Amino acid sequence: MRKMTRLTAFAAVAAAMFCAPAAIAQAAEIRVLNWQGYGTDEAFAVDAFAKKTGNTVVHDYFTSEQEMLTKLRTNPGAYDVVLVNSAFVKQARDEGLIGKIDTSDMPNVKDLSPNLANDPNLVVGGDTYGVAWSWGATSLTVNKDKVSPIPTSLAILWDPKYVGKVSIRDDGIEAIQFAALATGQDINEPKDLDAIKAKLKALMPQVKAFWGSENDWNQFFSAGDFYVSTYWSGAAGRSVAKGLPLKFIVPSDGAVGWLDSLAIPTASKNQAAARAFINYMIDPEFYVQWAAKGAPMSANAKAAAALPDASFNKTTFGDPAVVARVHFVKPLSEETRKQYLELWQELKTGQ
Amino acid sequence: MTFATRTDAARAGGMLTPAYVWLTAAIFLPLSAMLFFSLLSAAPFASHDWRFTTANYTAFFTHSLYPYLLARSLGLSAIVTALCVLIGYPCAYALARQIRGRSREALFLLIILPFWSNSLVRIFSWAIVLRGNGLLDLALNAVLPIPVSLNLMFSFSAIVIGLVHSYLPYVILTSFLALQAIDDSLVEAARSLGAPFRTILWRILLPLSLPGLVAGAVLIFVPVAGSFMEARILGGRAGTLYGTVIEDQFVAVFNWPLGAALSFILLAVVFAILGLASPVLRRAR
Repeated sequence: MRKMTRLTAFAAVAAAMFCAPAAIAQAAEIRVLNWQGYGTDEAFAVDAFAKKTGNTVVHDYFTSEQEMLTKLRTNPGAYDVVLVNSAFVKQARDEGLIGKIDTSDMPNVKDLSPNLANDPNLVVGGDTYGVAWSWGATSLTVNKDKVSPIPTSLAILWDPKYVGKVSIRDDGIEAIQFAALATGQDINEPKDLDAIKAKLKALMPQVKAFWGSENDWNQFFSAGDFYVSTYWSGAAGRSVAKGLPLKFIVPSDGAVGWLDSLAIPTASKNQAAARAFINYMIDPEFYVQWAAKGAPMSANAKAAAALPDASFNKTTFGDPAVVARVHFVKPLSEETRKQYLELWQELKTGQ
Repeated sequence: MTFATRTDAARAGGMLTPAYVWLTAAIFLPLSAMLFFSLLSAAPFASHDWRFTTANYTAFFTHSLYPYLLARSLGLSAIVTALCVLIGYPCAYALARQIRGRSREALFLLIILPFWSNSLVRIFSWAIVLRGNGLLDLALNAVLPIPVSLNLMFSFSAIVIGLVHSYLPYVILTSFLALQAIDDSLVEAARSLGAPFRTILWRILLPLSLPGLVAGAVLIFVPVAGSFMEARILGGRAGTLYGTVIEDQFVAVFNWPLGAALSFILLAVVFAILGLASPVLRRAR
């Protein structure tokens, strides 16, 4: 493994040297639209990229996917790189907001995990509209001081032993996705909604409270309000680092995954610099530094392999068999979202 | 209104204009926008394909969920209002008629202080107190010989506690003003005629301060019926209310039209309740 790390580091340096002369020629200011505090705006990254390519990076932020789309629609030409969740790439592409990306001058793209890089949400008709950047999963988490043995199936959520000691996120879509996994169905197109409803109805008496944010989760967990829960992988890594006795599990039934990509708006005037920035964003050198501060999983297989062996991301997702159990979410129609919310509200009210 | 001359009327009009402009801008326009949204099939900025429909209003009657939750929210409102009156009125009486001088100012400050702090901070503080193994449990266990665990967090009671604490100052302040305005000589006269405190309270203080008490109760009843934040944080699994369902429509599914329609139904129901109660309220004045 050590040898591997040195090898990737070497590859990273080589890639950086390869990149640098090409980009310095046309120093530009590129504008990035992303969630605040989500990797691209790390000070070390902005500095390193400026040093490498001479391009400066300016950020603007959105607080919801809808806001991101609205900003792209109303400010054409204002952004050069935008973070688009894979579930929204199709919509942004159909509206002509983001264009196809020529990855031939992006050496790091070949190191992306093929299943992520070629995700059907990102690649349409052989053209890449979003470069797979980072991903994570929402999955089962238990308090390892209170639950033993460590479960391998979602069935623990329904275990009567933990009645009143269970928490799930207050999100109908996610609840339905987990019930779909527990009933052996496709998370994106479940066939048997009645079975899901029955399964969730049986789950409600188990639930003590619904969590909404990472902060909620940490508070409830520390207070012993629940022992068995769903949780985000990135947040789980941070909570482990804080010393909470939790174990994040990708159970045999599977987990719900999300994939974020970096895209280039059609109206961007700095396409080459934008590609250089995206290439740097999937560079193992960047990722290892970012991961030290708490990052989701990288879509770059070499970057993931370059992590220290003891790191949360590597111990959780290091095994490809585990990654294969993660089911990525696809976009939902407005109608389905409404239908799911209604179902969820009925379930929560106990009707 | 009658004015002595035309110039008086013009002057009054001039002075009232800012108030009416403000009312139009701050209340009438946003409400009309929401009324407009409530009659659409989709929010116009979320989809280009929208038309006028009353489906959002009929949705309330075709889904048993919404009337059920509305009844639940109104029930919560009634409980919270009753508790606020039961706790707040005696407080206001003590402040207005028993305590004088410096200590009254200090007590006033204590009542208003939580009112000045952010409501989210208040609710989170309650979460820390009510939680199993929280401050309340620790304090009780420190005093009581037997171990107890109330663990009120994530229950209907927790929502009621949080809301009562948040809205109590309304009833205290309005009742205080009404009680303070009562002429001392009335009470003294009653006392000199041998009336016991019960009679003074029932025949003089309560009738004369009823407008303030009722105003406070209405100020509490209406917003509590639509409250959602307290329920979401303190209620846990019991925390789904009419207000949280409306919030979900706006935040979770971006279905502004349904959210707006549900809000207007709440407004209509609250008006209807106040209308039915108006004979009682009028007698109070």
